[in-house]
Amino acid sequence: MKKLSARRRHPLAALVVLIFALVVTGGLYAALAPTSSASADASQSLQVEEGKRLYQVGCASCHGLNGEGTSIGPSLVGVGSAAVDFQVGTGRMPAQQPGAQIPKKKVIYSQGQIDQMAAFVASLGAGPVVPTESQYTGGDVSKGGELFRTNCAQCHNFAGAGGALSEGKFAPSLAGTSAKHMYEAMLTGPQNMPSFPNSTLSEQNKKDIIAYVTHTTDSNTNPSYGGMTLGAIGPVSEGLFGWIFALGALIGAAIWIAARTPKAKKS
Amino acid sequence: MTSQDNMSEEHLPEAAHGHGGGPVVTKDGHFADPGLPAHEPRRTDIDEKAARRAERQVAMWFLLSMLATVAFIASYVIFKPGPTHHVYVWPIGNVAPLNFALGTTLGVSLFAIGAGAVHWARTLMSDEEHIAERHPIEATPAVREQVFADFRQGAKESGFGRRKLIRNTMIGAMAMVPLSAVVLFRDLGPLPEQKLDTTGWKAGMLLKNINTGEPIKASDVQVGSLTFAMPQDLSEDDEDFQVRIAKDALMLVRLQPGDIKDKKSATWGYQGVLAFSKICTHVGCPISLYEQQTHHVLCPCHQSTFDLSDGARVIFGPAGHALPQLQIGVDNTGNLQALGDFTVPVGPGFWERSE
Repeated sequence: MKKLSARRRHPLAALVVLIFALVVTGGLYAALAPTSSASADASQSLQVEEGKRLYQVGCASCHGLNGEGTSIGPSLVGVGSAAVDFQVGTGRMPAQQPGAQIPKKKVIYSQGQIDQMAAFVASLGAGPVVPTESQYTGGDVSKGGELFRTNCAQCHNFAGAGGALSEGKFAPSLAGTSAKHMYEAMLTGPQNMPSFPNSTLSEQNKKDIIAYVTHTTDSNTNPSYGGMTLGAIGPVSEGLFGWIFALGALIGAAIWIAARTPKAKKS
Repeated sequence: MTSQDNMSEEHLPEAAHGHGGGPVVTKDGHFADPGLPAHEPRRTDIDEKAARRAERQVAMWFLLSMLATVAFIASYVIFKPGPTHHVYVWPIGNVAPLNFALGTTLGVSLFAIGAGAVHWARTLMSDEEHIAERHPIEATPAVREQVFADFRQGAKESGFGRRKLIRNTMIGAMAMVPLSAVVLFRDLGPLPEQKLDTTGWKAGMLLKNINTGEPIKASDVQVGSLTFAMPQDLSEDDEDFQVRIAKDALMLVRLQPGDIKDKKSATWGYQGVLAFSKICTHVGCPISLYEQQTHHVLCPCHQSTFDLSDGARVIFGPAGHALPQLQIGVDNTGNLQALGDFTVPVGPGFWERSE
């Protein structure tokens, strides 16, 4: 002890004490800190971290390094994980080029990567969350048809076939859209589609609409009675077909009937 | 042998068959009338066997029609209706057997009648050309003279020209008879009176969500969302629901207050929540193709476009008026309520429309 006491004024004494104190504190923390929550936080922050890395490569050029938005891409603060899951999960994002509307295309990220990006965007600000399966299954088809015709059919057509909007924008066909993506679209209102939050369309309403669209657009559950729906887009395609093909066939037949009949004598 | 093969022979005037044949060019330089080509018999005209074959073919078409009609009745009996029974038919896709069978058999039975008639006309009925001369429409001078003389004599004997009182009262009586029919049009229905000018909205009436049936709180209407509303006292089970919803239907949107260009429109809303009539001012279609980023609303019928950020001004299409806006506020529990009726008539314009 005397030896130690004698060296207390040594120039390195302060450093030795400091290192000793740090080791003890760190050791105590490692021994006593709650380990389980520490690992959960770590995996969550790892998700966000991985998501941020993907975001900075694929999204930041338009939406800004921290999702604050630029002149060519809107801010992502508060859009929530549901918006990311819809936009990236249907291939709309990353966008190929700016335009009237960003169309659906091949999905380039795995669901795992999409979840990571969604976690990062959700960390920027609270917003709609990716729904769980129980939120979008088990709706009533006939009630859903009523709600669909009141709220959705004006743009997406009574059969979910989609339709034109102004200046190159359009409401896409709903055939083949997964239930989860439909739910997310109603919740977040992607691009020019208005959103239908739960205060406008309750969760049960959304389930019903999803059940109706899934039933109607699948030719196994809802075959067309006479076949050949011509896209189910109403009088435009029906008129076009009637005037060009049906009337054309009638004119051709009329000409053939009035044509000169074959004669017996070879001239 | 096609008609193409006959062309050279048929149209050459030198052939000079038919009654109009003659020189190609007449003396004064005009083309001569080549007349009709000579009649050529068809195989069925000269060959009895061919004629009998054609007869059998025609009969076969008619027989096919009969079979198709029987098949129509049979399919009606056999196939059950409903979308759960369906089969795949190439290249049409999944079809309901009942509808497909009924359509096909009825089509065949009608088509076969037509096809048989056409085949009959082309092979067996006479195809000899006949010339039907035109006759002048005008009567001979003698007949005309007689008719005019009779008319003049009749007019003179009746005194139609001389007794003007009789003539004028008669014309008057005949002109007035149709008025009775015009008056009866009044029975087509009650007069609209003020129905076109007013709707069911009144001051203090709550806005009800058309989907959930609940009153709408201002906080429920988010920026970018679209909500449809109807008056609180209206229910889908009401007898006059269709009559009332045709005027009362509302479209609720919320804009960032800074995005609203029209000052009056902003003050008529509540913190950016704006309520517009859902009925197009062109011909009254329900209009709700809302683009939330541009704040434009399109009408699906004739593409009239309204800018909701600028007092629902018409920016494209045939509509003649902006969409009427309903003045709204909140009650003491935060529910949205109307502050009165629309100040202008909703829906399409009409003669007496007050602006």
